[in-house]
Amino acid sequence: MDLSTMTALEIGKEIKQRRLSSVEVTKNFIENIKNNDKTINAYTLVLEENALKQAEQIQKKIDNSEDLPPLAGVPAAVKDNICTKDILTCCGSKMLSNFKPPYSASAVERLEQAGAVILGKLNMDEFAMGGSTETSYFGPTKNPWDTQKVPGGSSGGSAAAVAADEAPYSLGSDTGGSIRQPCSFCGVSGIKPTYGSVSRYGLVAFASSLDQIGPIGRDIKDCAEILSVISGHDFRDFTSVNRPAIDFSSSFDGSAKSLKIGIPKNYFSAGLDKDVEKAVLEAAEVFKKIGAQIYEFELPTVEYAIPAYYIIACAEASSNLSRYDGVKYGYRSKNAENILDLFCSSRSEGFGMEVKRRIMLGSFVLSSGYYDAYYKKGLQARALIKKGFDEAFEKYDMILSPTAPTVAFKIGENISDPLKMYLGDIYTVSVNLAGIPAVSVPCGFDKEGMPIGLQLIGKAFSEPVLVKAAYAFQLNTDFHKKKAQAFKGGEQ
Amino acid sequence: MMNYETVCGLEVHVELSTKSKIFCGCTTEFGGEPNTHVCPVCSGMPGTLPMLNKSVVDYAIRVGLALNCDITRYNKFDRKNYFYPDLPKAYQISQLYLPICRDGKVEIETEAGKKYIGIHEIHMEEDAGKLVHDPWDDCTLIDYNRCGVPLLEIVSEPDFSSADEVIAYLEKLRDILIYLGVSDCKMQEGSMRADVNVSVKPFGSKELGTRTEMKNMNSFKAIHRAVNFETKRQIELLEEGKRVIQETRRWDENKDASFAMRSKENAQDYRYFPEPDLLPVEISDSWIRQIKENMPELPEAKRKRYVEEFSLSEYDASVITSAKELAFLFEQTTAICSKPKEVCNLIMGELMRLMSETSTLPEDLDISAEDTAKLIELVCDGKINRNTSKEVFEAMFKQKAKPEEYVKQKGLLMLDDDSLVEETIDKVINENPKSVEDYLGGKQKAFGFLVGQTMKALKGKANPQSVNRILKEKLEKL
Repeated sequence: MDLSTMTALEIGKEIKQRRLSSVEVTKNFIENIKNNDKTINAYTLVLEENALKQAEQIQKKIDNSEDLPPLAGVPAAVKDNICTKDILTCCGSKMLSNFKPPYSASAVERLEQAGAVILGKLNMDEFAMGGSTETSYFGPTKNPWDTQKVPGGSSGGSAAAVAADEAPYSLGSDTGGSIRQPCSFCGVSGIKPTYGSVSRYGLVAFASSLDQIGPIGRDIKDCAEILSVISGHDFRDFTSVNRPAIDFSSSFDGSAKSLKIGIPKNYFSAGLDKDVEKAVLEAAEVFKKIGAQIYEFELPTVEYAIPAYYIIACAEASSNLSRYDGVKYGYRSKNAENILDLFCSSRSEGFGMEVKRRIMLGSFVLSSGYYDAYYKKGLQARALIKKGFDEAFEKYDMILSPTAPTVAFKIGENISDPLKMYLGDIYTVSVNLAGIPAVSVPCGFDKEGMPIGLQLIGKAFSEPVLVKAAYAFQLNTDFHKKKAQAFKGGEQ
Repeated sequence: MMNYETVCGLEVHVELSTKSKIFCGCTTEFGGEPNTHVCPVCSGMPGTLPMLNKSVVDYAIRVGLALNCDITRYNKFDRKNYFYPDLPKAYQISQLYLPICRDGKVEIETEAGKKYIGIHEIHMEEDAGKLVHDPWDDCTLIDYNRCGVPLLEIVSEPDFSSADEVIAYLEKLRDILIYLGVSDCKMQEGSMRADVNVSVKPFGSKELGTRTEMKNMNSFKAIHRAVNFETKRQIELLEEGKRVIQETRRWDENKDASFAMRSKENAQDYRYFPEPDLLPVEISDSWIRQIKENMPELPEAKRKRYVEEFSLSEYDASVITSAKELAFLFEQTTAICSKPKEVCNLIMGELMRLMSETSTLPEDLDISAEDTAKLIELVCDGKINRNTSKEVFEAMFKQKAKPEEYVKQKGLLMLDDDSLVEETIDKVINENPKSVEDYLGGKQKAFGFLVGQTMKALKGKANPQSVNRILKEKLEKL
């Protein structure tokens, strides 16, 4: 069986019916990691021994005909800002390069309860700050479609691992597009869930009011299944919502009939790559063909999204990252003479450039005399953005847009121009500010064959409708089935 | 010299005695080996999140109601950011913008009379850890046990005009908090501590003077002296034509003086902002009603009730209500034996004497109401006499003796055997002819002497009434 063309659910089914064993599947992916990851660098840690042990245990249960969930025995990998008990969780940072949490994130616990085999930890921008995985202390991850290019970020490792057959699916985290944009760049599918649906317990915080863990997979059906597993109320996260489990039972009828899809005209303006624009508009035609109604409209307040996002995210980050002071865990400078020195040197030596830039930005917007001018304005803009979406969802079931304004760019191309990098988040950040869900699925390729993704945005807890539309789209297109080849001994 | 007025305000920090910490399940118990009352949440490990302990909100509402505050219905938490090794997250979760209680007042009484002290606000927050300097290794160690213990910060209006008023308020506040069962208010363990603001202004002036602050004061005595010292220091400065600098000062108990620590000019910027990990907490009418219905009776109300219901004197009532434990002992014992006056006398007399003799604090009392009631019944039923009861009570106090067992064991029960009493009286009459003659000659005093002799012979175990009756009968028959 060619595992590289199978979805996680298909693999799970084969395992369940004992045509494949969890151990042989796990070995296959570990083999792929060994072959491909020297080039891709998606993993910061491979848990070969652990994974095989887990696979054996699950296989025993399967052999005993225990009734297990659909993904039991299927391997997975998790972003390195998601805590794994007694296993390094470094967040792409020198600061936490020695950190082993004594607990697992709720999402990881749920995956393991559902029989997942954890292959390893995935590379990311340092503390999830970045859109290219270039800010990682462990070196950049390469895009499997063109290893000269970035995989996107911050969940670059999570998207690249799936695209390079190094994992059938993975967990990422999305604070301003960190699942969706790498999905778009690497030609895979992903969901940024409604804020509060997946517990943040054990997700190392970047911006607490925006962070969500979400799935990345080969198609949207896999993602929906993974989301069913990891979502649900958790008393350890006060912002976790207590509501019935997400019901995807009506999401896979393959129809987009009578769905009202709004396209924000003002998203299609300067800065949007022509090939991306073309692919997304063609996708709109596909939706039309399969029964959806397409409307153009004006989504106001787009221009506030980036500044509001960077003010709020950095403000929260400046506070969340203050705990890394060299006192309790993580990196401690050896050059300190006194306590103030210890704080300053540990942080100066332990954090990279982008993290420092955001801590400074966030500290500035919260400092007395500037709070009202920046942070408070940011909150006001956030409220306006939310209102804009609320109004749109009174008319439309969902909004269709590009996931990112460009395809994957060259490694090193944007790293010295943070503003340019930040503008790449234009279509994704407002979704986090509003706390609503969005999916990204492949919808085409540019002239050079780099993948393009589309984004579907819905109102809070409308994941089943977004998945329904994305599933119908994937039934009628094959962009998500195209495989990256560049890493297989091609271009380096 | 010009006449000056003192103006003080207080910020009192109280550690709440909830079972677990404010944002995790760790115990709040005092002491414990360093870093044993900690978990990933209260030690600020990456990825952990706070979960709010609802009892903390209950306690805060209870205090707010007792201090006549408005309860904020829509509560939010905020982060106060600063770096210090005892603060593992490098921010303290507190309430800046929407504190849970506002606009309260407390009545105090000093020699200068009664007056109200305004409560500006009360907010919930978490305590920090403790730094311990190890002089042997010359290094500083951190104990995170106290991290995340819930605190209420009770901020008064600047309504105090003397050290006496400050102390009267603190005593009143402590009484109320202890009665509410929200804190043990042990200053020596840091579960109650105060930041004291002091300024002076020319008498009658509307404008407040520049204030100084002394932080973390943990004894009433020190606070009293510090307010007086600071008042005097500021007046002297003004009289010399100098100005008071707004600053934080450290009170040195040994030197009996305050010293400048840091001035407000380079004060920290705490970069407060709303805590994103905690959703707003809405307090409903029914929540408040439920707490109101379960409010314990406060000392003032108890005092009044004791006078009205049990006919205690104002003085006795105020002594007994001065400590929650005494009041509880009084009430529970009275409920069993229905003899309030007897219970009151026992508490005011023997109990207080034994407590002061053994330096026992009310909170360390270990006397059961059942046993106390039993003892009073023994006395009232004439089973033991009053003097014996003192001995029994001391044994109860010191050795946790059970009154009935003790009395039996020591043979302290009074004789209800009239024949032995008669026999003894006959003997006493025979041995004291002079006194008998005196009595029969009309000298009442002699009767008392004969009673005394009889009791002595019976080692005090006879019922005095029987002795009186039988002796009288016998003498009359002579």
